[in-house]
Amino acid sequence: MNPDASTIAAGAPIEVDLSPVAEGQDIKVFWRGKPIYISHRTKKQIDEARAVNVASLPDPQSDEARVKSGHEQWLVVIGICTHLGCIPIAHEGNYDGFFCPCHGSQYDSSGRIRQGPAPANLPVPPYTFVSDTKIQIG
Amino acid sequence: MSGPSDFQPSNPALQWLERRLPILGLMHSSFVVYPTPRNLNYWWTFGAILSFMLGMQILTGVILAMHYTPHADLAFKSVELIVRDVNYGWLLRNMHACGASMFFFAVYVHMLRGLYYGSYKEPREVLWILGVIIYLLMMATGFMGYVLPWGQMSFWGATVITNLFSAIPYVGESIVTLLWGGYSVGNPTLNRFFSLHYLLPFLIAGVVVLHVWALHVAGQNNPDGVEPKTEKDTVPFTPHATIKDMFGVACFMLLYAWFIFYMPNYLGDADNYIPANPGVTPPHIVPEWYYLPFYAILRSIPNKLAGVIAMFSAIIILCFLPWLDAAKTKSSKYRPLAKQFFWIFVAVCILLGYLGAQPPEGIYVIAGRVLTVCYFAYFLIVLPLLSRIETPRPVPNSISDAVLAKTGSRSTPMVSTAIVLALAGSLFAGSIDSAKASEGSDKPPGNKWSFSGPFGKYDRGALQRGLKVYKEVCANCHGLSYVAFRNLAEPGGPGYSVAQAAAFASDYKVKDGPNDAGDMFERPGRPADYFPSPFPNEQAARAANGGAAPPDLSLITKARSYGRGFPWFIFDFFTQYQEQGPDYVAAVLQGFDDHVPEGVTIPEGSYYNKYFPGHAIKMPKPLSDGQVTYDDGSPTTVAQYAKDVTTFLMWTAEPHMEARKRLGFQVFVFLIIFAFLMYFTKKKVWADSH
Repeated sequence: MNPDASTIAAGAPIEVDLSPVAEGQDIKVFWRGKPIYISHRTKKQIDEARAVNVASLPDPQSDEARVKSGHEQWLVVIGICTHLGCIPIAHEGNYDGFFCPCHGSQYDSSGRIRQGPAPANLPVPPYTFVSDTKIQIG
Repeated sequence: MSGPSDFQPSNPALQWLERRLPILGLMHSSFVVYPTPRNLNYWWTFGAILSFMLGMQILTGVILAMHYTPHADLAFKSVELIVRDVNYGWLLRNMHACGASMFFFAVYVHMLRGLYYGSYKEPREVLWILGVIIYLLMMATGFMGYVLPWGQMSFWGATVITNLFSAIPYVGESIVTLLWGGYSVGNPTLNRFFSLHYLLPFLIAGVVVLHVWALHVAGQNNPDGVEPKTEKDTVPFTPHATIKDMFGVACFMLLYAWFIFYMPNYLGDADNYIPANPGVTPPHIVPEWYYLPFYAILRSIPNKLAGVIAMFSAIIILCFLPWLDAAKTKSSKYRPLAKQFFWIFVAVCILLGYLGAQPPEGIYVIAGRVLTVCYFAYFLIVLPLLSRIETPRPVPNSISDAVLAKTGSRSTPMVSTAIVLALAGSLFAGSIDSAKASEGSDKPPGNKWSFSGPFGKYDRGALQRGLKVYKEVCANCHGLSYVAFRNLAEPGGPGYSVAQAAAFASDYKVKDGPNDAGDMFERPGRPADYFPSPFPNEQAARAANGGAAPPDLSLITKARSYGRGFPWFIFDFFTQYQEQGPDYVAAVLQGFDDHVPEGVTIPEGSYYNKYFPGHAIKMPKPLSDGQVTYDDGSPTTVAQYAKDVTTFLMWTAEPHMEARKRLGFQVFVFLIIFAFLMYFTKKKVWADSH
């Protein structure tokens, strides 16, 4: 009952052009049926994400480890709440990040869990920068 | 099932069969001469009611499966087509959907009866555990069935529930992938859930056979909890129990029919009339009512894995009940303390159910934790303790003694009544607070609708005027994709003739093809065509409307609702109030205001609406006075337009409502007469046994 060949084939990597996404905006693309948030973070959001004491987080992870160096303004996360799989809303909640409407989990501008029942940070999908304005997810 | 039968059929053909397969003897000994305790009360008829419901669900389900398409793109539409086009499809669907709720209602009564009268005690432990297995199978079946209509709540319910398994360490993620058949809930998930939803009821039927077998070996428990000793203690199953069960089933069918014919959407969720959309989470995911207590337990625990474990333990703990409660006295009738705690436990379950439907914030979370502790304390502390410290009242010597004594002085359970009342009071007070706290949108005012109530009918004039408003105003942006032109001429609709409907259709241009040259072409509409949508696809609709796609209006009056809150949802059951959707739609159409109140900010490109959740709506004010001309002299005001178009949209959502209510009345008359006949027959049969 594992995924069949066509489902696996449809889950091949995709390329996303980032050039139309302005600073402070984010887009949602679907990969393997999952929504992927790509945020073009503002200076304020990056600073906020880096100012946090990592050890104090429920799921300690530094912002540097969650983005690609040289492309700090881009946050790419799987937009599925780690609690029970709802889709968090971007630019909501108290941490300038994501807010899950189902059970009230809040993520910061690095997609890390800050408050609520979710046990882990929003996962970062495997991706690479093909060029400065294009990424390949998968 | 109670030993070898000496049953001998008189017909030689049956004798021939009986010598080779003693099935008639089995039936005879199990369901005819089988001795049942003569003091059973009506709570014991729920076994028969459950068998009836299982049969009903399988029968309606098999027919529904003949018309249903288990595909992510087609499932929602196929369910709508069942309701609209299949002969009595609306009846089948309502019977099956309400039937699930009735099945669970009956099983909860059945389980609580077992709990109260100690039916799980020696020698009925295996019988009880088989029952818990049936209940678990029922929960799985009910959950998968709820996924099949593939609405928003189906999809997100499936996502949340399958994600529960991801909490299991190490293997969780692989189990979830196995359940999904992909990387998220999708078409493979729907397919396997359909297959399992078809399979599990037959497993349930199999376990029910074991359950009945175990029952007939151990014999039935009874309200006094003493085993039958002499023949005086029992009566034969047929006719005594049979006729009593028939009466019980008839009464239960009255309740069932109340939902089927008058309140089919009362127990459902409005969001499930919106097709599944993997990109949008509904603001508030709620499971069906029968899972709510367990959902409340899940949410009250802040750790994910612990929450999932607690939820499953809440059910599994029932398996250990025979050993947790070691008291010798079976029936709570003779256990003064156990009786009080039983009713407290019932109240705890109901309150947990109420909390499961509330948003997980503030006082609800704390109350949820307290009640979760109470739930487990009942099994782990109260019952083991009571069996050691409680002094039960003396139990009668035999069932016939108990029947003859017939409880001279009935002491009312004062303490438990007071507790239940206090709980209900605090619930009431809490809901008033929360009603005050919930701002964000105003409650729509109630309207007087021609289609409300048990004899409600659509106002033909309003339907025709509403169609005109839709055609001239709404249709510029909103589709009506489940309504065909032929529907306009169908009984219970706007009352047009077939020729009028055909003429109406021919005004539209419908895309058809490809023709012999391989090109798509346009032709005038025919009665069999559906209302064409104003946009070729959702993306085009979104792009042309500032990012918000105008929703299809076919089901809008059922897909929109607002919380009624406690205690209104209880009154609604009796008043048959079902018009939240129409009230909301009519209110939104009239709720536009150029003057934005203080404290509300409306983003660029949105408009203020008093009744829209969050107040900022993308749709500009659609209606203004005098915009649509009426031929019949009705006032051409926004209020009248709103009322007419809402009536029309109620018809598009429920085209068979008049047939439903008409048939409902006939069924009620029949059932009431049938129940009376059963009651008097039962009295006659039991006349000598009391």
